[in-house]
Amino acid sequence: MAVAGVLHGRIDARRYEANAATRESPWVRRLILGTALSFFALFLLMPLIAVFAEALRKGWLTYVTALSDPDALAAVRLTLLIAAISVPLNLVFGVAAAWSIAKFEFRGKRFLTTLIDLPFSVSPVIAGLIFVLLFGAHGWFGAWLFAHDIKIVFAVPGLVLATVFVTFPFVARELIPLMEAQGREEEEAAVVLGANGFQVFWRVTLPNIKWGLLYGVILCNARAMGEFGAVSVVSGHIRGQTNTLPLHVEILYNEYNFAAAFAVASLLALLALVTLGLKSLVEWKARQHAPVDA
Amino acid sequence: MSIQVEHIHKSFGSFVALDDVSLDFPSGALTALLGPSGCGKTTLLRVIAGLERADSGRVVLAGEDASDTHVRQRRVGFVFQHYALFRHMTVFENVAFGLRVKPRRERPREPEIRARVMRLLELVQLAPLADRFPSQLSGGQRQRIALARALAVEPKVLLLDEPFGALDAQVRKELRRWLRRLHDELHITSVFVTHDQEEALEVADLVVLMNRGRVEQQGTPIEVYEQPATPFVYGFLGAVNTFHGRVERDGLRVGETTLAHDSAPLAPGVEAIAFARPHELEIVTDPDSAEGIAATVSRLLNFGANARVELDSPASTADSGRPMHYEVVLPRDQVQALGLVAGQRVRLVPSRIRVFEHRAA
Repeated sequence: MAVAGVLHGRIDARRYEANAATRESPWVRRLILGTALSFFALFLLMPLIAVFAEALRKGWLTYVTALSDPDALAAVRLTLLIAAISVPLNLVFGVAAAWSIAKFEFRGKRFLTTLIDLPFSVSPVIAGLIFVLLFGAHGWFGAWLFAHDIKIVFAVPGLVLATVFVTFPFVARELIPLMEAQGREEEEAAVVLGANGFQVFWRVTLPNIKWGLLYGVILCNARAMGEFGAVSVVSGHIRGQTNTLPLHVEILYNEYNFAAAFAVASLLALLALVTLGLKSLVEWKARQHAPVDA
Repeated sequence: MSIQVEHIHKSFGSFVALDDVSLDFPSGALTALLGPSGCGKTTLLRVIAGLERADSGRVVLAGEDASDTHVRQRRVGFVFQHYALFRHMTVFENVAFGLRVKPRRERPREPEIRARVMRLLELVQLAPLADRFPSQLSGGQRQRIALARALAVEPKVLLLDEPFGALDAQVRKELRRWLRRLHDELHITSVFVTHDQEEALEVADLVVLMNRGRVEQQGTPIEVYEQPATPFVYGFLGAVNTFHGRVERDGLRVGETTLAHDSAPLAPGVEAIAFARPHELEIVTDPDSAEGIAATVSRLLNFGANARVELDSPASTADSGRPMHYEVVLPRDQVQALGLVAGQRVRLVPSRIRVFEHRAA
């Protein structure tokens, strides 16, 4: 929906502007534009600059040292590992959920749609706590897990679970409106022509949703790498073992090691910039491929 | 390949889409399923294709019960109203799709696929557009590609769901003729759904009229047009003039006059409704005549080979209390010979009426 929304937004805005009857007077435009831009500068641009300025304040050497610290490298590796597990999982879950909601009729469909949004409406801290309550030492399955020597909380599985939970809606949310708008006819046509389920998905459904899917995956990845709250609860903050990048930033900061904290934070900021770049690229690509007439 | 459907029932929630429908589509014929929207015609087509499952009843393809056969195995070609072309594939790939998804041992080799697709594109006269995408084609072109795609897998039956419904009038007419020619060449058993009576009568070998999930009548275009079995069919196939009256021994009593009729042995005293087509009414200008019913000319549409005369008749006011509205079509020179003008008082004499028992709706 976001991709399509951007597309329509542009056309509408252009038409709206071109029409003298709907054009605002210059000073109103300047006021609105000025307000938006100053908020943008104050709340988005300044912090971003501050992160890089603080990170490099003591020179490149400190910056590089902070990033090549073994604990920092361990945090990078762990963050990448968690993203590498949870993003593909959510890719599969998201496509399956969107598929079933958009293409089938069943009882409890609305409930499922609402449920998918749950991770957005719940505080990440609670998301983390749920897993501690379930799998922690005193949790529901704690004794059983202990007896079988399986570690979930304060270990990588717990971090993955919390991340999957928090990032669950991204892919599904992106695909549901897209798939609903496209309807079932193309799939029906494919089945009548003799395609089996896998062929229908691979040759018809997937090509139709690929830009939306990619968009969802990019956002999902950004959140998976940047998640703090839920991960913080289940992590246990063991340096070099269960510390992700955002948690590592916090630890360094609490130790008054500001330069190192900002250096690591700049990695996350870079990730955000790359994400934005990719996102714009995908939006642009999707627009190029958008059918003139659906 | 012949198609039979037997006692098909289908409902969506409380809405009954198909109510005990049994039909026989003869092999090699082009049959039209005609009816107003919501009459169940599309649902029936989808049941035959296997895209929809009937609640009860059987679908028999080529003499074999196909009710439990998967869509994939039914070997039907289906053309959707909104084309349903694969938007990310070229025209060529769209048509080739059915061949490419065949299991490996049945799949033709690449040169064979290429040859077959190009042959089909030539059949639908769109070979030069093979490398275009569906979004670059006009509606009529898209529908022809959809047809070529359906024919690529050599289906035993061809099912078309309002194939021309989304096209404008000019293109519709052209494609209609083209479809008829194509059918005469291929002789594949075909069923198409339409709500356009002109389209059904013009193109099909057989017409099935449906209303509210039931079959009203089945027959050749001439049969259903000349001998409508029910008031619904009469009203649906072209313009009609309606008379409300009571059956008497020597005819139908409408207002103060009696109209002779030849049809339906209805018992005297029965409330009846009678129909006549616009060309089955004569206009008598002699004011002293007692024949027919009194009417006033309200409008003359005097162009083309035939003129249309619109009349109001306060005399035969229906039970609703509104004046009845009539329409007469007659050759233009006759209008001039009669010297008709708007506001003139005349008498309407039907040359032929069909009478049905009037059931309160």
